[in-house]
Amino acid sequence: MQTKEKTMIRKTLEAQRIGRRDLMAMLGAGAVAAMGIGMTSREAQADAKAVAEAMKKLIGDKKPAAGKITLDLPQIAENGRTVPIAVEVASPMTDADHVKALHLWADKNPRPDVATFRFTPASGKARISTRIRLAKTQNIVALAEMSDGSLYMAKSEIKVTIGGCGG
Amino acid sequence: MAKARVKVPKSVKKGEVFEVKTLISHKMETGQRKDKKTGKKIPRMIINKFVCTYNGKEVFTSDWHPAISANPYMAFFVKAGESGNLDFTWTDDKGKATKKSAKVTVTG
Repeated sequence: MQTKEKTMIRKTLEAQRIGRRDLMAMLGAGAVAAMGIGMTSREAQADAKAVAEAMKKLIGDKKPAAGKITLDLPQIAENGRTVPIAVEVASPMTDADHVKALHLWADKNPRPDVATFRFTPASGKARISTRIRLAKTQNIVALAEMSDGSLYMAKSEIKVTIGGCGG
Repeated sequence: MAKARVKVPKSVKKGEVFEVKTLISHKMETGQRKDKKTGKKIPRMIINKFVCTYNGKEVFTSDWHPAISANPYMAFFVKAGESGNLDFTWTDDKGKATKKSAKVTVTG
């Protein structure tokens, strides 16, 4: 009698354990589904490598210098669906010396490309503000192409509380 | 048709660098989302190109990817030359363009 009870208890416990594990798995799947991104693990790992590749496509093996770029980013973004950002590249913006293009990437988004902005001397100032989507905490990478061919790069992290990859 | 709004100063001095703020209503469908009922991916549909011309000359352009939030906000700067028009064009994945124009009055 006693042993039978023990077995029963053990079985119940086992059932509970499995139940809990199933529940965890379900919750996990649910969270992914709720994000609605259908992100495969390969896509999720694209991160920094994809940015490096995108950059290589643009500038080849040239090494961008540090400086000139100011990233005005929030330290923490509560809602990844719309994160306000501003980027400025220091330049006199004359015919002889101006910023031609500014490229932005978010290294852990399902697709790291964010945008490219092209300026002219008539821009007067190479500064932009926009709102972007961020799937999770990650780095914003900026690359500036100057009229004389020189390149500058900057990188900064934004902490994201709720991802904005769809949903 | 997407609804666009543009904000520029009422008047600017010649040579002054002023900010131009733009906003357009668009859901910017990323192509990553799934339809909750069918499980099928919702096809990508975004504005991928934004162009601003000043008296017919391109002054600022931008290529957008799905990482640009819904109802895209874009602010940038323009240096005041002659009085005239700033023309804005947003083009989506299907090639449909939304246009908007703003007057610039340059004094001095």
